[in-house]
Amino acid sequence: MAANAPKLEIKDVGKVFKTKKGETTALEKTSFTISDGEFVTILGPSGCGKSTVLRIVAGLEEATSGQVLLDGLEINGPGPDRGMVFQSYTLFPWLTVKENIVFGLKLKGLSQKERDDVAGHYLQLIGLEQFGGHYPIQLSGGMKQRVAIARALANDPKILLMDEPFGALDAQTRNIMQEVLLKAWEESKKTILFITHDVDESIFLADSVYLMTARPGRLKKKVPISLERPREFSVKGTPEFAKYKEELLYLIREESLKSV
Amino acid sequence: MVLSLHMPGSFKSLIELGDFYMGTKWFTPNKEISKTLYTTAGLVVFILFLAVWSILSYGGLVNPVFLPTPTAVLATAADLLIHGDLLSNIGISFTRVLAGFLAAAIIGIPLGILMGSLKIMEGAFEPIIGFIRYMPASAFIPLLILWIGLGEPEKMSVIFLGTFFQLTLMIMDVTKNVQNELIEVSYTLGAKKFQVYTKVILPASLPGIVDTLRITFGWAWTYLVVAEIVGASSGLGYMIMQASRFLQPDKIIVGIITIGILGLLTDMIFKGIYRASFSWMRKDGF
Repeated sequence: MAANAPKLEIKDVGKVFKTKKGETTALEKTSFTISDGEFVTILGPSGCGKSTVLRIVAGLEEATSGQVLLDGLEINGPGPDRGMVFQSYTLFPWLTVKENIVFGLKLKGLSQKERDDVAGHYLQLIGLEQFGGHYPIQLSGGMKQRVAIARALANDPKILLMDEPFGALDAQTRNIMQEVLLKAWEESKKTILFITHDVDESIFLADSVYLMTARPGRLKKKVPISLERPREFSVKGTPEFAKYKEELLYLIREESLKSV
Repeated sequence: MVLSLHMPGSFKSLIELGDFYMGTKWFTPNKEISKTLYTTAGLVVFILFLAVWSILSYGGLVNPVFLPTPTAVLATAADLLIHGDLLSNIGISFTRVLAGFLAAAIIGIPLGILMGSLKIMEGAFEPIIGFIRYMPASAFIPLLILWIGLGEPEKMSVIFLGTFFQLTLMIMDVTKNVQNELIEVSYTLGAKKFQVYTKVILPASLPGIVDTLRITFGWAWTYLVVAEIVGASSGLGYMIMQASRFLQPDKIIVGIITIGILGLLTDMIFKGIYRASFSWMRKDGF
C-alpha cells in the first residue's frame, strides 16, 4: 500500500429511504477521503444525514449506492476495525468500568493479565484510575463518555467513529471532554471521524472540517484547520480560531438562507 | 338551606383538623413520608381487616357456618398442620406448581428471547401465542383429561397452559426493550451474532426475566386451585373443595391463606434473587 494512500475512502456513498409516500434522499452521493492519523469532523445541521454517513462507515446501515474502503478493502457490515462512540450512553450497565473497557479484548481472547494492562493504561489516560470497579450508573455523563472512548480505543481499531459523543453533555463538561479526546488522540495517533453540529467543537478538534448541507445531505466544503497542535482550550480565544468560525458560520448561514 | 350553608364551613374545619393531626404532607401527591409511617399504615389496614372479621364472627353477626372466628381458623390450621395432611398437601401442590411453571419457563424464556430479537420468530409465533393466551386455561381441562387422563401431568399441564403464553410474550417484550445501541456497540467491538446473545441481550434482559418469572409464578399459584378442583385426590385445591363439600369454612380459609403465604414467600425469594444479582442497577451498589 502506498504511503499516502487514504485510510478511509468514501466513494459515491448515498442513502435513499423508502417510505409510504415514496423515496426520501437522506444522503446524496458523497465522496471524500481521510488520511491515516487524521482527525476529521463533519459539521452539519440536525437531520442532514451526517449520522447516516457515520453509520454506513460503521457498517450499521447499508448504503443504497457507492462503497466504503478501509485500507483499500471494502467494508461489509460492522467490525472491530471501526470503533464507535455514540451520543447516547452505551456502556454495558451490568459491567464495571474496567470490564467495559476490556469488553472487546475479552471477545478477542486476550488473557486476564493483558486485559488488566490495557485497562490500567486507558483508565489512566481518561483520568478515571479510581473508578475501575464502579458501575456505569454511579458515573456522571462525562465520565460515561470517557469510558466509552477508552473502550473503543482499547480495542485498537483502525479508525474511531464518533457520533456527537458530547452532544448530551453540558457546555463545561463538553469543553473538558474535547481536551480529553485530543489528548487520547495525540497519544494513540488514531484516525478519527467525528460528527458534530457544534461549530466551535468541529474547529477545535479537527485537521479538516467537512461542512454538510441540510437535507438532502451532501458535502458542501472542506475547510482545513491549520491551528497549531497540541491545542489547548485557550486556542478558542485566538483570532485564527475566530476566522475559521466566521467562515464556517457564514457558509452555514448561506445554506440556511437557501432553504428558508 | 341553613344546613347547606353551614356544611362547607364545617367540612373545611374538618380538613384543617386533619391537617393539624396528620400533617399536610400525608395527602400531598408524590410526597415522601417516613419509613415508620409507611409500615404503620400497612399494619393499620391489616388490623382493621382483622377487626372487621372479629366483630362479624365473635359478635355473632354472621352464622359461624359461613364465617368462622379467627381463633377457630387458627385452631384448625394448627390441627391440620400437626394431625392433618396440610404439609403433605403443600408438598404436592408446590410440586405441581413448580413443575408446570418450570416447564413454561424452560420453553418460554428461550422462545421469548428469540421472538424479541428475531423478527422472523416474532412474525411466526406472536400471532398464535397472542391468540391462545385469551383462551382460559381452565377450559382446556376437559380436553386435557381426555388426552392425558387425571394424573399429575394433567395438573401440571393446566399450570403450564395458564402461565406459558403470558410468560413468553412478557419475555419477548423484555428482550425487545434492550437498548439497540448496546447491540450495535457490541458489533463494533467485535461481537459475533451468537455473542450478541450471550454478552449483551441475555445480561441486559436478565433483570426483566427474573421479574417476569416472579410475576408469572404468582399466577401459577392461582391456577393451582383450578387444576386441583377437577379430578384431584390431594393438594391444597382438593383440600379446599373437600372442605366446601363438608361445610368447613375454617378449613377453606386455612387453605386460601396457605396458598397466599406460599405465593408471598416465592415472591420474596424472587425479589431476594433480584436484589442480590443486580446490584449494578442501584446507585449505591449494594
